[in-house]
Amino acid sequence: MNPRRKQRLAVVATIGLLVASAIGLMLYALNDSIDLFYTPSEIIEGKNGQKPQVGQRLRIGGMVVPGSVSRDPESLAVSFDLVDTGPTVTVTFTGILPDLFREGQGIVATGVLTEKRQINAQEVLAKHDEEYMPPELAEKMKGIKHVKPTESLGYNSATNEASSSAGKNGGLY
Amino acid sequence: MWKWLHPYAKTERAYQLCITLQPWFWAGACICLVVGTVWGLAFAPQDYQQGDSFRIIYIHVPSAILSMGTYVAMAVAALVGMVWQWRTAYMTMIAMAPIGAVMTFVALFTGAAWGKPMWGAWWVWDARLTSELILLFLYVGVIALYGAFEDKQQAGKAAGVMALVGVVNIPIIHYSVEWWNTLHQGATISKFDNPSIAPEMLWPLLINLLGFALFIGAVTTIRLRNEIVLRELHRPWVQALAQQRLEKEA
Repeated sequence: MNPRRKQRLAVVATIGLLVASAIGLMLYALNDSIDLFYTPSEIIEGKNGQKPQVGQRLRIGGMVVPGSVSRDPESLAVSFDLVDTGPTVTVTFTGILPDLFREGQGIVATGVLTEKRQINAQEVLAKHDEEYMPPELAEKMKGIKHVKPTESLGYNSATNEASSSAGKNGGLY
Repeated sequence: MWKWLHPYAKTERAYQLCITLQPWFWAGACICLVVGTVWGLAFAPQDYQQGDSFRIIYIHVPSAILSMGTYVAMAVAALVGMVWQWRTAYMTMIAMAPIGAVMTFVALFTGAAWGKPMWGAWWVWDARLTSELILLFLYVGVIALYGAFEDKQQAGKAAGVMALVGVVNIPIIHYSVEWWNTLHQGATISKFDNPSIAPEMLWPLLINLLGFALFIGAVTTIRLRNEIVLRELHRPWVQALAQQRLEKEA
C-alpha cells in the first residue's frame, strides 16, 4: 500500500474509532433510560440504587405467575402477578389483553405504581420469545399444548355463560 | 487479489461486470424468492404460539438482516472510495443507498404489522425498534447529502463520511436485544450453532434470505449501470454505447 493510501486509511480509522467510542460512552451513560421496562425485582429492590416512587409512571416487564390471573366476571378488569427472579408485583388492568397473553408468558405493562408492589396498567403488551416451532414439537419438548388464543384466556372465575361463549368462539377458528 | 480487483476501478469494466452479473442475480433471486415464499407461507408448519401470524417472519427477518447487510456493504464501498479513491466505489455506495432504505422501511413496516396482533402495539420505543429507525434516517441522510452537492465527486466524499460514521449503529441494532431489556425478542437465526427455530421453518427463511440478497444485488447492478452512464456521459465508450442503442432502435 502506498504511503498516501496508508495515511488516508489511518485518518479514516481514527475518525471511526473516535465516533465509536463517543457513541459507546453516550449509550453507556444513557443505559438505564434505554431499558424499556423495570423488572419486578428492580421495582421492589431498586435499580442502581434508585427505587421507583409510588405514583411514578413506568413500564414493568416480567412473567405472568401461573395461577395468579383473576378476572372480574362483570367487567374487563383483570389482575395478575408478574415475576422475574425474586419478588412479585401485582398488575391490575381494565381492557382487552393481547392474544398472546397467558400464564407463564412474558408481558410488558405500562402504568402507574399505585402501591409499593402494585401497578395500575393502562396498556399491556405481550412479549414472545425467539423460539419458533410447530405445535407438535412444542408439545414434545416443552409439554406445551397448543391452544388457540381465544381458548387460552382461562375463564377460571367466569360463569357458565362466559365459558360456553368462549367455547363457541374457539370453535370458530 | 488487487491485480484482479483493480480493473473494476475503471467505470467501463465495472459496467461490463454489472452486465455479466445481472442475469445471474435475477435468475437466482426469482428462484429463491418463489421457492422460499411459497414454502414459508403455504407449507411450513404453524408456530405453536403465534399460529399463522408468525409467517410474516419470511419477509420481516430477511429485510431486516439485509437492511443492515446493505449498510455494511455501502460503508465498505465508502471506505474503498476514501482510501483508494475509486470513483466506482462511491457510485456503488450511492447505488445501494435507496435499496437499503427500502429494505429498512419494509423491515419496520412488517415489524409494525406483526407487532400489532402479537404484542398489542404497532410501535414501541424500545432499543431494537428505535435503532432500526435511526438506520432508516442514516440511509435517508446519505441519499440527501449526496443529492445536495452539485459536484458528484464532493458529494461522494461527504456521503461516504456519513455512511462510514453510521456503521456504529449496526452493532447497536444487532446487540440491542442483549444489552438492554426490550419488547423485541432476542436473536433467532444468528445463533448459527443452535438456531431457536425448527428446521422445517428455518429452511424457507434461509432461502428467502438468499433471495432477498440476490434481489438487492440485481437492483444494485441496474442502478450502478445507470449511475455510471449518467456520470460518464462525455466518455467515448458511453457515447459509442448510446450510438449502438440508437442504431438498434432505428
